[in-house]
Amino acid sequence: MKKEYNYNFIKKFKMANLISIVFVLISLILIIFKGLNFGIDFKGGTLIELRVESNNIKINDIRSAFSNMDLGDLNVKEFGKKGDYLIKFEKKEFNKAVNIKSIKESVVNKLGVDVNFRRIENVGPKVSAELLNSGLIAICLALGAMLFYIWIRFEWQFSLGSIVAIFHDVLITIGIFSILSLEVNLSIVAAVLTIVGYSMNDTVVIYDRIRENLSKYSSSTIDDVSNTSINETLSRTIITSVTTLLALGSIYVLGGEILKGFSLAMIIGVIIGTYSSIFVASPILKYLRVSYKSIAKEEEKN
Amino acid sequence: MLNFSKIKIVLIYLSFLAVSFFCFSNISDSNNFFLKKKINLGLDLQGGSYLLLEVDSTPLQKRQIQSKVIPLKKKLIENNINYKNFKIKENIILFEINTDEKERFEKFFKDKNNDINIYLNQYRSFELDYVFEKNLVKIFLSKNGIIKLNTSAVDQSIEIVRKRIDETGTKEPSIIKRGSNRILVELPGIKDPERIKELLGKTAQLSFRMVTDDKTEFGIETFILKDTQEKISVSKRIILTGDNLIDANPKYDNINQEPIVAFTLNRLGSQRFGQATSKNIGKRLAIILDNEAISAPVIRDAITGGQGTISGNFTFQSATDLSLLLRSGALPAPLSVVEERTVGPDLGQDSIDAGVFSLIIGFFLVIIFMIIKYRLFGLIANISLISNLLMLIGFLTLLEATLTLPGIAGIILTVGMAVDANVLIFERIKEELRKNISNNIQAFDLGFKRSVVTILDANITTLIASIILFIFGSGPVKGFAVTLSIGLITTLFSAYFISRHLTSIIVLRNREKKFLI
Repeated sequence: MKKEYNYNFIKKFKMANLISIVFVLISLILIIFKGLNFGIDFKGGTLIELRVESNNIKINDIRSAFSNMDLGDLNVKEFGKKGDYLIKFEKKEFNKAVNIKSIKESVVNKLGVDVNFRRIENVGPKVSAELLNSGLIAICLALGAMLFYIWIRFEWQFSLGSIVAIFHDVLITIGIFSILSLEVNLSIVAAVLTIVGYSMNDTVVIYDRIRENLSKYSSSTIDDVSNTSINETLSRTIITSVTTLLALGSIYVLGGEILKGFSLAMIIGVIIGTYSSIFVASPILKYLRVSYKSIAKEEEKN
Repeated sequence: MLNFSKIKIVLIYLSFLAVSFFCFSNISDSNNFFLKKKINLGLDLQGGSYLLLEVDSTPLQKRQIQSKVIPLKKKLIENNINYKNFKIKENIILFEINTDEKERFEKFFKDKNNDINIYLNQYRSFELDYVFEKNLVKIFLSKNGIIKLNTSAVDQSIEIVRKRIDETGTKEPSIIKRGSNRILVELPGIKDPERIKELLGKTAQLSFRMVTDDKTEFGIETFILKDTQEKISVSKRIILTGDNLIDANPKYDNINQEPIVAFTLNRLGSQRFGQATSKNIGKRLAIILDNEAISAPVIRDAITGGQGTISGNFTFQSATDLSLLLRSGALPAPLSVVEERTVGPDLGQDSIDAGVFSLIIGFFLVIIFMIIKYRLFGLIANISLISNLLMLIGFLTLLEATLTLPGIAGIILTVGMAVDANVLIFERIKEELRKNISNNIQAFDLGFKRSVVTILDANITTLIASIILFIFGSGPVKGFAVTLSIGLITTLFSAYFISRHLTSIIVLRNREKKFLI
């Protein structure tokens, strides 16, 4: 029989919490001062993905083909395979003189080769503001719903702990997106919501065990109970993150350019979420002086 | 927890087979009721165009306010209110009254049965709002008045949008109302939506009016003729609008082979057109389309048969488009594209290939990992994973859900997270086995029992997040929420029934052997 895990997590809580606080603070500062690299979903603008078969066309040719059309801030990058480019520009609304048709014609003329316009997206200013708004509402609602669920299932100390852990995960994930200037678009909102779900899931598994063990070993301190519970569930925590990361890694590497941002956000979120259920959610119970007695009292009240 | 009655076993596998059976209907061409259902591919996978159109109701608001002027003046006089400086500024009616008249004004204006400021029952509010600024009265459309105007404009527009798109021969367009002032148009398989956008961008409000310098009757407007650049003044009186048209087709003119639009009028239109043309022989008739004068031919004869033509420097294409627009009717207000997403078919195919490839690889990685980690029980987890996947695809087919690229990502993520339920159970059983428990059966029993609550808790939290995403997400992201939510449910089923049943078979055969896992 394999020996069960018996690490002393409690000893590392202080250090881990300090690191978490620093990371959350850095993330907050980054989000406030550096801001996020919003994609056209949230900023409005136009995105064109195109493919040129000719070998003579370089990225600079693409850039110059799009310049001088008064399209505002222009961003051109290679996208996946050779000959694939992603062009983004600020222009949100078109008119009779400048529109997608005229832009396409002008680009084909300037490049002088066949251009395959693989994807064109345009988001107007009103819609982008609405999308950002509904994205934020969705995330807040998800947090609220989690809080509510955990509040009816557990005692308040547990809900507080899990919410702190979720905030920790979401903030650091967004912070990493800020520092790396990765694009934030609709699929990132989906990723964040899934991270919220995953992080909660992970935390709940450990909390379930802590609560069970609190009544089982009613004389033990919360430190011992937490440590035992984390160790008992450690194997599951690791296996589940590994299989989830295997699936996500497969999307990241093989799933194509469009899913890259989404899968990266999820990968970051799963790693941080796993960390936080051990090193953030559990110590909070200790700080809130959770004990067998306090739990019994709460239960009596309900 | 290990004892399954025969009926239960049959039910479990029957329901599994019933759901996963639908996977096959995706690869079958049969038109059978059961095999007809298919998973829809989202626009991002099959290629196509997504257009969000917004009705600009400003001209409608202006018209609505203008229509209130005459009845309002009448009503003011009826109520002995001496208004002064009556004027219209943008969408606001302004006039001055004396302070002692305010009460009388409010009395009739806020009467629920008055015919000027209509009470909108469904919104429980009036169509118009007003404010007093000293002696000045400002009347404008209320918030709900605008919503009502938008809604009716959208309702009218949807039909016309559908007609126009149908005329272009687009297959299976989806045209639905979004909110109070938007229309969502999805055009699968369309590579270049420019022509459709052009067709939808025109209101196609056509009117025939006389060219005249006589300002007295209805007032005049000046236009620059599109074909000759000549400046003409046109009476504001409308003889005929596009509403009186029943058909329009592009033709070549007999004389100079120029493309023209030949139209047919309905009975009322024929009568009016006949009268107007017979009275005005020798004069010029201006044809105004969307505030642009396209031509102003001289009337040579009375046109009484209800047939006429429009010329105006058309190409055959533009004559075809104009005929199409006239046939499908005028939009009540201009539509503008506020969001557009077009994916070419080759990118869609690339996305499918990449998505399916990463699904297969992700799936095998997880399967191999589970075999290495749990051996025999890894096999059980894997069988449960495969049945989970089959049921997930079966459900998506049954619901004829739309699969998007993020949706494929959702399936892959389900694969990664689905084993969690099995892992929770196995780990729990392992723990129970380590303790002083006499036999395997008891350990497995306890292991299952104790992990069920945790599994439910853990999956419900993710389900909450994905349902919220489903409500708030749009387009492709919604597809992710769909697959993730269904995936969680099939995960619970396969872990709780299939894994448990398979485990029970093994455990019941190995009662005494210790530590199976």
